[in-house]
Amino acid sequence: MALTDVLFYLLAAMTAICALAVVVTQNIVRAAAWLLFTLAGVSGLFFLLGADFVGATQLLVYVGGTLVLVVFGVMLTAQSPFINMRISAAEWGIALSVGLLLYGVLAASLVISSPKEPSDAHVPREELADSTLLGQALLGQWQASPQGNMTGLPPGAQPHRRLSVSYLLPFEIVSVHLLVVLIGAAYLARAKRRQMTSGGTGVPPVGRSAGEQQLGVRA
Amino acid sequence: MNLAVGLNHFLLLGALLFVCGAVCMATKRNAIGILMGVELVLNAATINFVAFAYYNPIFQVEGQIFALFVIVLAAAEAAIALAIVLNFYNNHMTVDVDTAEELKG
Repeated sequence: MALTDVLFYLLAAMTAICALAVVVTQNIVRAAAWLLFTLAGVSGLFFLLGADFVGATQLLVYVGGTLVLVVFGVMLTAQSPFINMRISAAEWGIALSVGLLLYGVLAASLVISSPKEPSDAHVPREELADSTLLGQALLGQWQASPQGNMTGLPPGAQPHRRLSVSYLLPFEIVSVHLLVVLIGAAYLARAKRRQMTSGGTGVPPVGRSAGEQQLGVRA
Repeated sequence: MNLAVGLNHFLLLGALLFVCGAVCMATKRNAIGILMGVELVLNAATINFVAFAYYNPIFQVEGQIFALFVIVLAAAEAAIALAIVLNFYNNHMTVDVDTAEELKG
Protein backbone atom coordinates (compact mmCIF):
# COMPACT_ATOMS: atom_id res chain seq x y z
CA MET A 1 0.00 0.00 0.00
CA ALA A 2 1.49 3.26 -1.09
CA LEU A 3 1.92 6.24 1.16
CA THR A 4 -0.80 8.19 -0.62
CA ASP A 5 -3.30 5.43 0.07
CA VAL A 6 -2.41 5.42 3.74
CA LEU A 7 -2.87 9.18 3.71
CA PHE A 8 -6.23 8.83 1.99
CA TYR A 9 -7.50 6.33 4.53
CA LEU A 10 -6.23 8.43 7.43
CA LEU A 11 -7.85 11.62 6.10
CA ALA A 12 -11.05 9.86 5.12
CA ALA A 13 -11.36 8.23 8.54
CA MET A 14 -10.73 11.57 10.24
CA THR A 15 -13.29 13.33 8.06
CA ALA A 16 -15.93 10.64 8.46
CA ILE A 17 -15.52 10.24 12.21
CA CYS A 18 -15.60 13.97 12.82
CA ALA A 19 -18.65 14.36 10.58
CA LEU A 20 -20.43 11.64 12.57
CA ALA A 21 -19.42 13.40 15.77
CA VAL A 22 -20.96 16.66 14.51
CA VAL A 23 -24.25 14.83 14.17
CA VAL A 24 -24.07 12.89 17.43
CA THR A 25 -22.86 15.54 19.85
CA GLN A 26 -25.41 17.66 21.67
CA ASN A 27 -23.13 20.52 22.65
CA ILE A 28 -23.10 23.11 19.91
CA VAL A 29 -19.59 24.32 20.73
CA ARG A 30 -18.25 20.79 20.47
CA ALA A 31 -20.10 20.39 17.20
CA ALA A 32 -18.28 23.47 15.90
CA ALA A 33 -14.95 21.95 16.94
CA TRP A 34 -15.77 18.67 15.21
CA LEU A 35 -16.83 20.61 12.13
CA LEU A 36 -13.44 22.32 12.16
CA PHE A 37 -11.66 18.96 12.00
CA THR A 38 -14.05 17.75 9.30
CA LEU A 39 -13.32 20.77 7.10
CA ALA A 40 -9.58 20.43 7.69
CA GLY A 41 -9.76 16.76 6.68
CA VAL A 42 -11.65 17.68 3.52
CA SER A 43 -9.01 20.24 2.62
CA GLY A 44 -6.34 17.60 3.19
CA LEU A 45 -8.19 15.36 0.74
CA PHE A 46 -8.14 18.22 -1.77
CA PHE A 47 -4.37 18.51 -1.41
CA LEU A 48 -4.15 14.75 -1.87
CA LEU A 49 -6.18 15.03 -5.07
CA GLY A 50 -3.76 17.59 -6.48
CA ALA A 51 -6.21 20.48 -6.15
CA ASP A 52 -3.84 22.78 -4.29
CA PHE A 53 -5.75 25.99 -4.91
CA VAL A 54 -9.10 24.53 -3.88
CA GLY A 55 -7.55 23.06 -0.75
CA ALA A 56 -5.98 26.38 0.20
CA THR A 57 -9.27 28.16 -0.49
CA GLN A 58 -11.08 25.63 1.65
CA LEU A 59 -8.68 26.29 4.51
CA LEU A 60 -8.87 30.08 4.13
CA VAL A 61 -12.58 30.52 3.51
CA TYR A 62 -14.10 27.68 5.46
CA VAL A 63 -11.77 27.09 8.37
CA GLY A 64 -10.69 30.71 8.60
CA GLY A 65 -13.91 32.51 7.75
CA THR A 66 -17.07 30.47 7.89
CA LEU A 67 -16.18 28.60 11.05
CA VAL A 68 -15.27 31.84 12.82
CA LEU A 69 -18.69 33.16 11.79
CA VAL A 70 -20.33 30.05 13.18
CA VAL A 71 -18.41 30.28 16.46
CA PHE A 72 -19.38 33.94 16.80
CA GLY A 73 -22.96 32.96 16.11
CA VAL A 74 -22.75 30.38 18.87
CA MET A 75 -21.33 32.93 21.28
CA LEU A 76 -23.82 35.66 20.38
CA THR A 77 -26.75 33.32 20.85
CA ALA A 78 -25.46 31.79 24.06
CA GLN A 79 -28.21 30.40 26.20
CA SER A 80 -28.59 29.25 29.70
CA PRO A 81 -27.54 25.62 29.98
CA PHE A 82 -30.88 24.58 31.37
CA ILE A 83 -32.80 25.02 28.16
CA ASN A 84 -33.51 21.55 26.91
CA MET A 85 -32.83 21.38 23.21
CA ARG A 86 -32.45 17.65 22.91
CA ILE A 87 -34.64 15.41 20.87
CA SER A 88 -36.27 12.26 22.07
CA ALA A 89 -34.92 8.77 21.60
CA ALA A 90 -37.69 7.88 19.18
CA GLU A 91 -36.70 10.78 16.94
CA TRP A 92 -33.10 9.65 17.15
CA GLY A 93 -34.18 6.18 16.06
CA ILE A 94 -36.11 7.55 13.11
CA ALA A 95 -33.22 9.80 12.07
CA LEU A 96 -30.72 6.95 12.37
CA SER A 97 -32.81 4.55 10.33
CA VAL A 98 -33.52 7.15 7.65
CA GLY A 99 -29.84 8.07 7.49
CA LEU A 100 -28.73 4.46 7.22
CA LEU A 101 -31.34 3.85 4.54
CA LEU A 102 -30.23 6.91 2.58
CA TYR A 103 -26.59 5.91 2.80
CA GLY A 104 -27.46 2.38 1.78
CA VAL A 105 -29.31 3.63 -1.29
CA LEU A 106 -26.46 5.95 -2.26
CA ALA A 107 -23.74 3.34 -1.73
CA ALA A 108 -25.70 0.61 -3.52
CA SER A 109 -26.36 2.86 -6.49
CA LEU A 110 -22.66 3.72 -6.62
CA VAL A 111 -21.53 0.11 -6.47
CA ILE A 112 -24.13 -1.12 -8.92
CA SER A 113 -23.66 1.64 -11.48
CA SER A 114 -19.87 1.71 -11.42
CA PRO A 115 -18.11 0.01 -14.31
CA LYS A 116 -16.67 -3.41 -13.72
CA GLU A 117 -13.14 -2.68 -14.86
CA PRO A 118 -10.97 -0.94 -12.32
CA SER A 119 -11.13 2.78 -12.89
CA ASP A 120 -7.51 3.64 -12.29
CA ALA A 121 -7.48 6.04 -15.21
CA HIS A 122 -6.97 9.54 -13.98
CA VAL A 123 -5.39 12.77 -15.04
CA PRO A 124 -1.60 12.64 -14.83
CA ARG A 125 -0.29 14.67 -11.99
CA GLU A 126 1.63 17.08 -14.18
CA GLU A 127 -1.54 17.84 -16.13
CA LEU A 128 -3.68 18.57 -13.13
CA ALA A 129 -5.12 22.04 -13.04
CA ASP A 130 -2.94 24.31 -10.94
CA SER A 131 -3.83 27.86 -10.03
CA THR A 132 -2.40 29.23 -13.28
CA LEU A 133 -4.64 26.98 -15.33
CA LEU A 134 -7.61 27.82 -13.15
CA GLY A 135 -7.01 31.52 -13.68
CA GLN A 136 -6.70 31.05 -17.41
CA ALA A 137 -9.92 29.08 -17.47
CA LEU A 138 -11.64 31.83 -15.51
CA LEU A 139 -10.46 34.35 -18.08
CA GLY A 140 -11.32 32.13 -21.03
CA GLN A 141 -7.76 32.05 -22.27
CA TRP A 142 -7.63 28.33 -22.14
CA GLN A 143 -9.28 25.76 -24.32
CA ALA A 144 -11.53 24.15 -21.82
CA SER A 145 -12.08 20.41 -21.96
CA PRO A 146 -9.69 19.47 -24.75
CA GLN A 147 -10.59 15.81 -24.53
CA GLY A 148 -14.26 16.45 -24.08
CA ASN A 149 -16.56 14.69 -26.47
CA MET A 150 -19.61 16.79 -27.13
CA THR A 151 -22.82 14.85 -27.08
CA GLY A 152 -26.27 15.76 -28.20
CA LEU A 153 -25.19 17.13 -31.56
CA PRO A 154 -26.98 16.11 -34.74
CA PRO A 155 -25.09 13.44 -36.67
CA GLY A 156 -23.71 15.69 -39.37
CA ALA A 157 -22.72 18.61 -37.24
CA GLN A 158 -19.09 19.16 -36.46
CA PRO A 159 -18.42 20.43 -32.98
CA HIS A 160 -16.21 23.43 -32.66
CA ARG A 161 -12.79 22.10 -31.91
CA ARG A 162 -11.60 25.33 -30.36
CA LEU A 163 -14.38 25.40 -27.87
CA SER A 164 -13.28 28.04 -25.45
CA VAL A 165 -15.41 28.28 -22.38
CA SER A 166 -14.88 31.28 -20.17
CA TYR A 167 -15.92 31.30 -16.56
CA LEU A 168 -15.47 35.04 -16.29
CA LEU A 169 -19.18 35.86 -16.20
CA PRO A 170 -20.00 33.29 -13.48
CA PHE A 171 -17.01 34.57 -11.54
CA GLU A 172 -18.29 38.14 -11.74
CA ILE A 173 -21.80 37.07 -10.83
CA VAL A 174 -20.52 35.17 -7.83
CA SER A 175 -18.38 38.07 -6.66
CA VAL A 176 -21.20 40.61 -6.95
CA HIS A 177 -23.51 38.09 -5.29
CA LEU A 178 -21.08 37.75 -2.40
CA LEU A 179 -20.88 41.53 -2.03
CA VAL A 180 -24.67 41.93 -2.05
CA VAL A 181 -25.11 39.07 0.40
CA LEU A 182 -22.52 40.43 2.82
CA ILE A 183 -24.10 43.90 2.75
CA GLY A 184 -27.51 42.32 3.29
CA ALA A 185 -26.20 40.22 6.16
CA ALA A 186 -24.63 43.24 7.81
CA TYR A 187 -27.92 45.12 7.42
CA LEU A 188 -29.95 42.21 8.73
CA ALA A 189 -27.80 41.55 11.78
CA ARG A 190 -27.18 45.17 12.72
CA ALA A 191 -27.54 46.24 16.31
CA LYS A 192 -30.95 47.62 17.09
CA ARG A 193 -31.09 51.15 18.46
CA ARG A 194 -33.20 51.86 21.47
CA GLN A 195 -36.12 54.07 20.56
CA MET A 196 -36.88 55.50 24.00
CA THR A 197 -33.57 56.94 25.09
CA SER A 198 -34.64 60.57 24.89
CA GLY A 199 -38.10 60.45 26.36
CA GLY A 200 -37.55 57.99 29.13
CA THR A 201 -41.25 57.68 29.85
CA GLY A 202 -40.94 53.97 30.35
CA VAL A 203 -43.74 53.19 27.95
CA PRO A 204 -42.36 50.96 25.24
CA PRO A 205 -43.50 51.87 21.77
CA VAL A 206 -45.81 49.55 19.98
CA GLY A 207 -44.29 46.87 17.87
CA ARG A 208 -41.06 46.42 19.71
CA SER A 209 -39.87 42.90 19.87
CA ALA A 210 -39.19 40.90 22.98
CA GLY A 211 -35.47 40.98 22.43
CA GLU A 212 -35.40 44.73 22.13
CA GLN A 213 -37.48 45.12 25.25
CA GLN A 214 -35.14 42.88 27.16
CA LEU A 215 -32.13 44.73 25.81
CA GLY A 216 -33.77 48.01 26.73
CA VAL A 217 -34.42 46.79 30.25
CA ARG A 218 -30.87 45.63 30.55
CA ALA A 219 -29.51 48.91 29.28
CA MET B 1 2.74 9.50 -6.52
CA ASN B 2 -0.57 8.42 -7.98
CA LEU B 3 -3.50 7.36 -5.93
CA ALA B 4 -4.39 3.71 -6.08
CA VAL B 5 -7.75 4.25 -4.46
CA GLY B 6 -10.47 4.70 -7.01
CA LEU B 7 -13.17 7.23 -7.62
CA ASN B 8 -15.67 5.17 -5.68
CA HIS B 9 -13.80 5.68 -2.42
CA PHE B 10 -14.21 9.43 -2.72
CA LEU B 11 -17.82 9.14 -3.79
CA LEU B 12 -18.57 6.90 -0.81
CA LEU B 13 -16.95 9.43 1.51
CA GLY B 14 -18.96 12.20 -0.11
CA ALA B 15 -22.15 10.18 0.33
CA LEU B 16 -21.30 9.67 4.00
CA LEU B 17 -20.79 13.40 4.50
CA PHE B 18 -24.05 14.11 2.68
CA VAL B 19 -26.00 11.70 4.87
CA CYS B 20 -24.36 13.14 7.99
CA GLY B 21 -25.38 16.62 6.92
CA ALA B 22 -28.93 15.58 6.11
CA VAL B 23 -29.36 13.81 9.44
CA CYS B 24 -27.78 16.80 11.19
CA MET B 25 -30.28 19.13 9.52
CA ALA B 26 -33.13 16.85 10.54
CA THR B 27 -32.19 16.23 14.15
CA LYS B 28 -30.69 19.46 15.45
CA ARG B 29 -33.02 21.91 17.11
CA ASN B 30 -30.38 24.61 17.34
CA ALA B 31 -30.44 26.76 14.22
CA ILE B 32 -26.66 26.93 14.11
CA GLY B 33 -26.53 23.14 14.23
CA ILE B 34 -28.74 23.08 11.14
CA LEU B 35 -26.31 25.49 9.51
CA MET B 36 -23.49 23.04 10.27
CA GLY B 37 -25.48 20.32 8.54
CA VAL B 38 -25.75 22.50 5.45
CA GLU B 39 -21.99 23.00 5.51
CA LEU B 40 -21.48 19.24 5.64
CA VAL B 41 -23.75 18.72 2.63
CA LEU B 42 -21.93 21.39 0.63
CA ASN B 43 -18.58 19.83 1.51
CA ALA B 44 -19.84 16.48 0.26
CA ALA B 45 -20.65 18.08 -3.09
CA THR B 46 -17.22 19.72 -3.16
CA ILE B 47 -15.46 16.41 -2.52
CA ASN B 48 -17.36 14.90 -5.44
CA PHE B 49 -16.41 17.78 -7.74
CA VAL B 50 -12.71 17.61 -6.93
CA ALA B 51 -12.66 13.82 -7.16
CA PHE B 52 -14.22 13.99 -10.62
CA ALA B 53 -11.67 16.62 -11.57
CA TYR B 54 -8.93 14.18 -10.60
CA TYR B 55 -10.29 11.02 -12.17
CA ASN B 56 -11.92 12.35 -15.31
CA PRO B 57 -9.88 14.43 -17.76
CA ILE B 58 -13.04 16.05 -19.10
CA PHE B 59 -13.66 17.76 -15.78
CA GLN B 60 -10.00 18.51 -15.12
CA VAL B 61 -10.60 22.25 -14.82
CA GLU B 62 -14.35 22.41 -14.45
CA GLY B 63 -14.45 20.28 -11.33
CA GLN B 64 -12.09 22.54 -9.43
CA ILE B 65 -13.80 25.72 -10.66
CA PHE B 66 -17.21 24.44 -9.60
CA ALA B 67 -15.71 23.49 -6.25
CA LEU B 68 -14.47 27.07 -5.85
CA PHE B 69 -17.92 28.39 -6.69
CA VAL B 70 -19.47 26.07 -4.13
CA ILE B 71 -17.05 27.27 -1.46
CA VAL B 72 -17.78 30.94 -2.18
CA LEU B 73 -21.54 30.39 -2.25
CA ALA B 74 -21.31 28.43 1.00
CA ALA B 75 -19.56 31.39 2.61
CA ALA B 76 -22.33 33.70 1.40
CA GLU B 77 -24.97 31.28 2.65
CA ALA B 78 -23.34 31.02 6.06
CA ALA B 79 -23.21 34.80 6.39
CA ILE B 80 -26.85 35.35 5.49
CA ALA B 81 -28.04 32.38 7.58
CA LEU B 82 -26.18 33.62 10.64
CA ALA B 83 -27.67 37.07 10.14
CA ILE B 84 -31.12 35.51 10.05
CA VAL B 85 -30.35 33.46 13.14
CA LEU B 86 -29.17 36.56 15.01
CA ASN B 87 -32.32 38.40 14.00
CA PHE B 88 -34.42 35.47 15.15
CA TYR B 89 -32.54 35.41 18.43
CA ASN B 90 -33.14 39.13 18.89
CA ASN B 91 -36.86 38.59 18.44
CA HIS B 92 -37.38 35.35 20.32
CA MET B 93 -34.42 35.12 22.71
CA THR B 94 -33.79 31.56 21.60
CA VAL B 95 -32.38 29.75 18.60
CA ASP B 96 -34.66 26.76 18.94
CA VAL B 97 -36.20 26.32 15.51
CA ASP B 98 -39.24 24.61 17.01
CA THR B 99 -40.36 27.98 18.34
CA ALA B 100 -40.41 29.47 14.85
CA GLU B 101 -44.04 28.70 14.28
CA GLU B 102 -45.53 32.11 13.67
CA LEU B 103 -46.02 31.42 9.99
CA LYS B 104 -47.73 28.13 10.66
CA GLY B 105 -51.01 28.08 8.80
